[in-house]
Amino acid sequence: MSEGSRTLRISLTVNGKKVEGDVEPRTLLTHFLRDKLSLTGTHIGCDTSNCGACTVLMDGYSVKSCTMFAVQADGSSITTVEGLERDGKLSRIQEAFREKHGLQCGFCTPGMIMSTAFLLKENPHPSDEEIRWGISGNLCRCTGYSNIVAAVKYAAETSGGDSN
Amino acid sequence: MYPGSFDYQRPQTLQEAVRLLGTSQGDARILAGGMSLIPLLKSRLVSIPTLIDIGRIDELRKIGNTEKSVTIGSMVTDHEIENSRIIGDRFPLIREVSRWIGDPQVRNRGTMGGSLCHADPSGDWGACFIALRGKAHVEGPNGSREIDSDSFFTGPFSTSVDISEILTAIEFHDIDGMVGSAYEKIERKAGDFATVGVAVQISIDEKGNCTYAGIGLTSVSASPVRAAKAEKELYGKVLTMRNIESAALAASHECDPTDDPLRGSADFKRYLVNVCAKRALIRAVKEAGGVL
Repeated sequence: MSEGSRTLRISLTVNGKKVEGDVEPRTLLTHFLRDKLSLTGTHIGCDTSNCGACTVLMDGYSVKSCTMFAVQADGSSITTVEGLERDGKLSRIQEAFREKHGLQCGFCTPGMIMSTAFLLKENPHPSDEEIRWGISGNLCRCTGYSNIVAAVKYAAETSGGDSN
Repeated sequence: MYPGSFDYQRPQTLQEAVRLLGTSQGDARILAGGMSLIPLLKSRLVSIPTLIDIGRIDELRKIGNTEKSVTIGSMVTDHEIENSRIIGDRFPLIREVSRWIGDPQVRNRGTMGGSLCHADPSGDWGACFIALRGKAHVEGPNGSREIDSDSFFTGPFSTSVDISEILTAIEFHDIDGMVGSAYEKIERKAGDFATVGVAVQISIDEKGNCTYAGIGLTSVSASPVRAAKAEKELYGKVLTMRNIESAALAASHECDPTDDPLRGSADFKRYLVNVCAKRALIRAVKEAGGVL
């Protein structure tokens, strides 16, 4: 990191692949993922750190990628919703959201799923209340949350200890 | 939304960070977790020529555990605080407050140090810091110094940490006697700023006399503030419902809330301070083994 440079070279791992990029310091992580890497599964909703649609995992921790600069993620490992499926097969959490119809318009879904991945890693068998606190950083304007909570619960029941 | 352009520095050591801050001639600000600063930059409510990211300075990420105190490095995240047994077993108040902050994603990035320096009048950590009489350790060009909780906040979004200084850690000293604590927060919705928050730490001796009282209020003054008159109502006395009620009432009188269209009128908030202080004190006294 040189002083006062206009762009900075960053390197990080995204969904298991090494990537590099030149970014302005003010480039948000979410823009880096969407615009430079074309990983548009990560959504930008409120852009004010409220809605959680932009949630990704950084070194295993859920973060709002609209409220982080890409330079802060330099050297880290990022997982986006695109990184969950394995060999064309949906992850347990994705499967659970489909099975329990944990979405309507789907806009909040990538963020909900990434928050669920973090929640289940920390607490593999959450109660309904713990699920609601676990997704309290993610807003859904369609479902009323009931089916999302059911989906998270189903994912926990079917995961067999695999947080994905 | 993009913030305006800025230069970005990422020192690896505290000394380097202090040096960079010193050479910036007041143009630089510290970036910790960024959970308050980045939204402000994005909405262009503030513009900062240089950001010094202290996120990679290892010595700021430590939780210190000594015989008499616990020291929380300024880059320890709220999530780490929430899950630390060292902190939670000795200061249950800190653990309880941590769970009220923002949401899981915010707690994964946000820090107590950053929150205190941002000094939002509605910050949760401020009330806790005051109730426990924490000490802020800061490092500047002239070395290190300590700031106690009563002289830390100087107004809305301002503190006595100088522009050339960096908050390195927050220290909490053990409190003798049988201790109890509670944080009572009213919020409009999950993860919101407090409409009113009251953090309480008390201690009683074997006769039931109050030997420590710390009451921090948030969202009801220009900055998080001590309810000093309420504390006086408790010190040296056996804690009864009557004493608790007079202390809660004193707290509601000594704060200075404002009318706000989102979270209610000043009178409403005063009323909530009374209610929350009473609830928090009852819980704290029971936890300490007191009889009400």
